[in-house]
Amino acid sequence: MSRLHYDEMRASDGSVRPHYQGFADWLHRTPAEKIAQKREEAERAFHRVGITFAVYGEDAGTERLIPFDIVPRIIHAAEWRLLEQGLKQRVNALNLFLNDIYHEQSILKAGVMPADRVLGNSQYRREMQGMQVPGGIYAHIAGVDVVRVAEGEYFVLEDNLRVPSGVSYMLENRKMMMRLFPELFARQAIRPVEHYPDMLLENLRGVAPAGEDQPEVALLTPGAHNSAYFEHAFLAQQMGVELVEGQDLFVQDDAVFMRTTRGPKRVHVLYRRVDDDFLDPLAFRSDSMLGVPGLFAAYRAGKVTLANAIGTGVADDKSIYPFVPEMIRFYLTEEPILNNVATYQLHKKDDLSYCLDHLSELVVKEVHGAGGYGMLIGPAASSAECDAFRARILAQPEKYIAQPTLALSTCPTFTASGLAPRHIDLRPYVLSGKAVNLAPGGLTRVALREGSLVVNSSQGGGTKDTWVMAG
Amino acid sequence: MLCRTANELYWMARHIERAENTARLLDVTYRMALLPYETIEPGLAWAEPWAVPLITSGLATDFYESHQHLSAENVLRFMILDSANTSSIYCCLRAARESARAVRGAITSEMYEDLNSAWLDMRVYDYNRIQSSGVSEFLDWVKMRSHLFRGVTFGTMLRDEAYHFIRLGTHIERADNTARILDVKYHTLLPSAADVGGAVDYYQWSALLRSVSGFESYRKIYSDVITPRRVAELLILRADMPRSLLSCMNFIHETLRVLCDDSSREIERVAGELHAKLRYGRTDEIIKLGLHEYLLDFLDSISALGAEINTHFLVPG
Repeated sequence: MSRLHYDEMRASDGSVRPHYQGFADWLHRTPAEKIAQKREEAERAFHRVGITFAVYGEDAGTERLIPFDIVPRIIHAAEWRLLEQGLKQRVNALNLFLNDIYHEQSILKAGVMPADRVLGNSQYRREMQGMQVPGGIYAHIAGVDVVRVAEGEYFVLEDNLRVPSGVSYMLENRKMMMRLFPELFARQAIRPVEHYPDMLLENLRGVAPAGEDQPEVALLTPGAHNSAYFEHAFLAQQMGVELVEGQDLFVQDDAVFMRTTRGPKRVHVLYRRVDDDFLDPLAFRSDSMLGVPGLFAAYRAGKVTLANAIGTGVADDKSIYPFVPEMIRFYLTEEPILNNVATYQLHKKDDLSYCLDHLSELVVKEVHGAGGYGMLIGPAASSAECDAFRARILAQPEKYIAQPTLALSTCPTFTASGLAPRHIDLRPYVLSGKAVNLAPGGLTRVALREGSLVVNSSQGGGTKDTWVMAG
Repeated sequence: MLCRTANELYWMARHIERAENTARLLDVTYRMALLPYETIEPGLAWAEPWAVPLITSGLATDFYESHQHLSAENVLRFMILDSANTSSIYCCLRAARESARAVRGAITSEMYEDLNSAWLDMRVYDYNRIQSSGVSEFLDWVKMRSHLFRGVTFGTMLRDEAYHFIRLGTHIERADNTARILDVKYHTLLPSAADVGGAVDYYQWSALLRSVSGFESYRKIYSDVITPRRVAELLILRADMPRSLLSCMNFIHETLRVLCDDSSREIERVAGELHAKLRYGRTDEIIKLGLHEYLLDFLDSISALGAEINTHFLVPG
């Protein structure tokens, strides 16, 4: 592979970067058979532990493993400090933005961004207007996708502010690495992430309705057939809170209760992993079997906190994304620490014609798409694919945005033909409550196909443990 | 605890226990079927042993819907591998694992891993593989998985409500199954009273004892020949025999006392009554009533108790 891409482990002259030296030494002195054996051990263990994700479509109802690669993604201390500051800054601004657009709308009045873009967005929830949420926090848990293109240079690809998933892989990958390679952890100062569930619980308790000294937290899941069910169960267990489904809850006098073997029990904070639309059949989609009738009324009455809040989707929408740097300047009067990717908005005439002329260089995404579906990666696409996409864009330009193809960094990864560079991204989890916090690390996803830039597990991506070095 | 969670835990435990007991039931049948009846007592008529597990589990009708002939192979396939028979070992392990998956948060990760790996192993078994490695080997494996699960549960789980519902499920199922296994002997009819106490009779009782891990205990306690009366005493009334009906009821009664509050006194009463009947029962009375009749009566009572538990704790209306 060419050295056009920044490699996490090796500098362009081929030398090992200092923070990778410990791992590189280990790799060098460990026989290939031993490594192969460790990789098999990891696969077996993941199967037994049952860290799987359900698959939709063909083979429905089966469970698959997300491939795990044993080469860690390592971030040195100074760089993490930069990332941490940048992420906190960004999530802070996004929460201020959400609070603003559901109240004064000062950012719209100041003309920083077009009002119709926000208020006319399908993810904007009119029902939330004027409603006070504890601490003014909307996105209690954010999973911000960042990629590196050069030393100290990170770009944010997406701010996932609805029900971001994947944190269980961060925790299980670490557990697996510590089990397989205890000697690596003994020799190096790798910052722990295992306390994430405690941080999350504290964060959730901190946003309980006012006046609750001992708030009861529960995790609301769509159920065992959801693709992220493992994670829901895992987090509920790690936090020591009930894992509830809609059928386990009911609302009485605007308060939410669980059905228990000892009668009804009040719930104050719901960490919900159910989408807005399905939360309450009385308020949103009436055909939802996953929700709780009356939940929204209880929420409005301030008797239960939902995390994340309803209506956060407007802030992570791809059509709002280009304005995040402006939000940071507007609310915090700071310069953004992390970069935004230049974004062409195809409803604009100039942007559209530029995009159509440069389709083979750009990544085109659907505005409301997620999960790597419905996107075109220009440099990797055939001319027939480009033509097909061109037709789709022309039919509904407002449905798309385009971005330059970023040179995602690579990390050495085990492949069928040995260790080879593969592109990676990073999803750290930012918690907002009484304070803004994040565990040092995140989920590193890796595109396992050579040259591929798509890291989504639904598209053949794998994961790696993410090490943040102390110091 | 959530009612739904309690329900899953209870059935998780019942299913793993049922898998074990189905293995035990097949084990005793297998042992009985292997007896060289003709050699021991030429001319002795004996019932087809392979009908017995179907009759005692109440599955004969289901079996004949999908099979025409009674044979060892058909019964083994039906009771071990049939994915349409919800009581087959395959289905029990699958159901236990599904329940565990649905309530992972309420059990320890070791428990889930244990059930998950049992299920992953089970999936690769087919009839040929079971035959080639030996039916008894396979049945032992099922028993070991159940022992392992109980051990992991006992060794890792907080003594909370979840634990109690698991224990409740285990012992309700075990009581039911011990009663059914004990009744096996009734269905392997001997042609005349003269055969009672003969070699076949001896082998059948000892097979039955072995299938509930009671053979060595019997020897220890009685140091004497095997008699139906003593077997009944051992498997019904002895509190120190872990698979006996009294032992199961001790657990059930004790567990319900922890789980019940003022709103559930009726369940406690029903359990208490059944418990007292065993606690103060006498072997003479059982024999006088007839072992088979006594066991049928017990199966009715334990099923009624199960229904009470269901409507009060697990699936309240």
